[in-house]
Amino acid sequence: MPRPGFVLDVDRSTPPILFHNGENFRLEKLPAGRSRVIYPAEPHEGLEDPDGAIRHALSHPLGDSEPLEALLFPGMKLTIAFDDISLPLPPMRRPDVRQRIIEAVLDVAAAKGVDDVHLIAALALHRRMTEAELRHAVGDRVFDAFAPLGRLYNHDAEDPDNLLELGTTPGGEVVEINRRAAESDLLVYVNINLVSMDGGHKSTATGLASYRSIKHHHNVRTMQQSKSFMDRHASELHSSNWRMGDVIRDAGVKIFQIESTLNNDTFGTSGPMSVLAKREWEWTLRDRATFLGMKAGLDRMPSAAARKIFQSWRAPYAVTSVHAGQVDAVHEATLAQVFDEQLVTVEGQTDILTMGLPYVGPYNVNSVMNPILVMCLGLGYFFNMYRNKPLVREGGVLICTHPTPWDFNPIHHPSYIDFFEQVLTETRDPAEIEQRFEKDFAEDEWYRHLYRTSYAYHGVHPFYMWYWGAHALQHLGRVIIVGGDPRAVRRLGFRPASTLDDAFELAADVVGPQPTITHFHNPPLIMADVQ
Amino acid sequence: MKALQFSRDVPRYATARVTAGIRPGSGATIGPLALVDTDPPVAPTDDWVELRPRLAGICGSDLATIDGHSSRYFEPIVSFPFTPGHEVVGDLDDGTRAVLIPVLDCAVRGIEPVCASCAVGRTNHCERIAFGHLSPGLQTGYCADTGGGWSTRLVAHRSQLVGVPDDLSDEAAVMVEPTACAVHAAHLVAELGPTQLAVIGSGTLGLSLIAALRHLGAAPGGLIATAKHPIQRDLAGTLGADRVIPPSELTRAVRSASSSFLLGGNQLTGGFDVIVDCVGTDASIEQALAVVAPGGTVVLVGMPGHVSADLTTLWHRETALRGCYAYTRDDFTEAIELVGAAGLDRLVSATYPLRRYREAITHAANAGRRGAVKVAFDLRGEKERNR
Repeated sequence: MPRPGFVLDVDRSTPPILFHNGENFRLEKLPAGRSRVIYPAEPHEGLEDPDGAIRHALSHPLGDSEPLEALLFPGMKLTIAFDDISLPLPPMRRPDVRQRIIEAVLDVAAAKGVDDVHLIAALALHRRMTEAELRHAVGDRVFDAFAPLGRLYNHDAEDPDNLLELGTTPGGEVVEINRRAAESDLLVYVNINLVSMDGGHKSTATGLASYRSIKHHHNVRTMQQSKSFMDRHASELHSSNWRMGDVIRDAGVKIFQIESTLNNDTFGTSGPMSVLAKREWEWTLRDRATFLGMKAGLDRMPSAAARKIFQSWRAPYAVTSVHAGQVDAVHEATLAQVFDEQLVTVEGQTDILTMGLPYVGPYNVNSVMNPILVMCLGLGYFFNMYRNKPLVREGGVLICTHPTPWDFNPIHHPSYIDFFEQVLTETRDPAEIEQRFEKDFAEDEWYRHLYRTSYAYHGVHPFYMWYWGAHALQHLGRVIIVGGDPRAVRRLGFRPASTLDDAFELAADVVGPQPTITHFHNPPLIMADVQ
Repeated sequence: MKALQFSRDVPRYATARVTAGIRPGSGATIGPLALVDTDPPVAPTDDWVELRPRLAGICGSDLATIDGHSSRYFEPIVSFPFTPGHEVVGDLDDGTRAVLIPVLDCAVRGIEPVCASCAVGRTNHCERIAFGHLSPGLQTGYCADTGGGWSTRLVAHRSQLVGVPDDLSDEAAVMVEPTACAVHAAHLVAELGPTQLAVIGSGTLGLSLIAALRHLGAAPGGLIATAKHPIQRDLAGTLGADRVIPPSELTRAVRSASSSFLLGGNQLTGGFDVIVDCVGTDASIEQALAVVAPGGTVVLVGMPGHVSADLTTLWHRETALRGCYAYTRDDFTEAIELVGAAGLDRLVSATYPLRRYREAITHAANAGRRGAVKVAFDLRGEKERNR
């Protein structure tokens, strides 16, 4: 039985606490008597027979859905869409759960004589997946059977010939998705629900949509009204996607949703990374030696070399649940599982929230985490890992540790460079950024070309990263980044600090002396239920 | 009288060229420039008068000469020894202040009839700058007979002098000559009619050009300026650039503003119709050629000298590379107005007495990184001048 997550009150005997710090780590002593640390739960046991569980889910759907087998017939058009490279994080060891599920779906389809099958990476406005990344996600057997025939490909949100407008929501939100998916007799969506934000109607309404559709919910107003976007029922982002889901259903698109959850086994139970999943006071002498050796090596290693090592890490995640059937019913069951694995009850808010940002986020798999992605990971994803209310009080301070290099991958993030150089030098106000700059970037033909033909995120993507942090920007009194490139940190509008103690001093200007401090010991993933 | 004098001394010139490559401005110490006691220049005819400099600026072309980077092209159109200094405001014997138009054209040289260029007012194109009753010299400050601004006295033809309004400070007046260059360039650019343009370099010339372009209402669709140093960035924005960026960002900025595509990392498929290069180095010219639109024009306002650049793009995209030198009398008159209207006196960052000329030149050669724009000699306190 895995131990649940919990909150540790820091006292004098508490050892230094682990902070992720990009491709490195820090051990930090937190002030006793007014600090606490939120620890994740230990990994749940994986399913003993994941393939059996998948087959069971396909034949025992939830909600108002027939079993998959009953939905398939010869001569039909079947489209299988699946989550892209942004999930899971880090990528999981083979076989990827998408591969397991897709193979199971294809087995059923083959048995029913379905031969018009397309597989689409539902990447929305993310970069296209490379062949190696697709192979990792769907497996070599599926890739070799479908890709050479042009039946396994990346979604293209800018291909007018392969998009179909299905209607508008009562609020005037245009719903436009991949034509092949929309015109199929059945769309099977294969999800990985790493966090509670993932899945549900968002899978199709965002993952297979066009820019003109996505912009209705990926905007400043929506993000500021999503408190948080990790809490489906308090998230305007999700409400909009659910409204779009109604339009998709009413347009006759039949979706068979398959959602899977993974446990928290990000770093494994053996090897040098396993120490990262342990609680510091339980570190053995061997753990300490391993950690110190690893850190000493990383301290001396060029960042590019360290990045290469970290980016090659494949997490030994185990599958903890698979649900299939009607979208809402499946998603509620999935959410229950995610919360069961990740939710930690926390009493009250804090003056200062600290978090160590790791080397990878959803948009820098096999890439560098540039400053805009640092902002998005800290103020977007991690800040929003709460239910009820933010971990830090309104006007409080967020302190992140990350090297925040002034470094961009020009293949993956070309428009990010221009955003950083052109937009952030003028303003950091999300609403002004949206109003003054978004259209030009979104409609820039060069970015569009790179998105469609190379491996670039869509021109508008850095804007969404900034909007992702809009709620936090509105809520926080100050953001401090420890150990970051001072120029890059200032460009983001944040304060640089060289040590955590310096950061606490800078924070005192905002929250006063002797503030309460909460450290979000994440990853492995935590969702805070703040009472 | 005291004067800084530049003599023909090839070994010292060559040494300056080497050391200045490492320490800009070191030519003032090692090269053929010296502070000397010499006789005042003699007025060649009755049309010439004595001008006692009050302030005399240090220009990029002066620095190129002192640091040994000047082109040998100039050899037949200068005469040694000469006293540098062509950005001058001074006093006339009647007590009035005047700025100097340094171009030594046909009228100044007593040549009759004047050449075809001078006849139509394009004195900056004068075809007789090495002839007539004066020694060769394209401008005062490069001619052995006239003296130059880096001294207590020089001689000037009456046609070279323009009175300074009382409300214009000496600091503003010394900016008139470089601003006239900018006004001339701005007119040339305006005639090309670009909607958007980029100015490479925000030294004195780049900054005054930005002011001049804005004065003329050029580039209504946006003016991007590159600037290396904080003071340049601040001033370029204040003087009217819509966007000021580090040089390394120019390609991306022009690409974005012109909806271009990129080829091979740096070459745009489109670009701006006009790029103005106020730097004149290999790198700046190559950068300009990479971001100018097909059929567009790169205007070289900064003095280039020897450069090495790949001109394939110029050939393939039918780009024009156009020089832009000095000014006409009309530009000069307009510059006086612009200097006052745009407050260009603020570009004068530091002044030095003649005896501290080495410091002055080192400061000027490192102006941007030392937080300065224009460095000038202040002759107002020189004893000899006031005798």
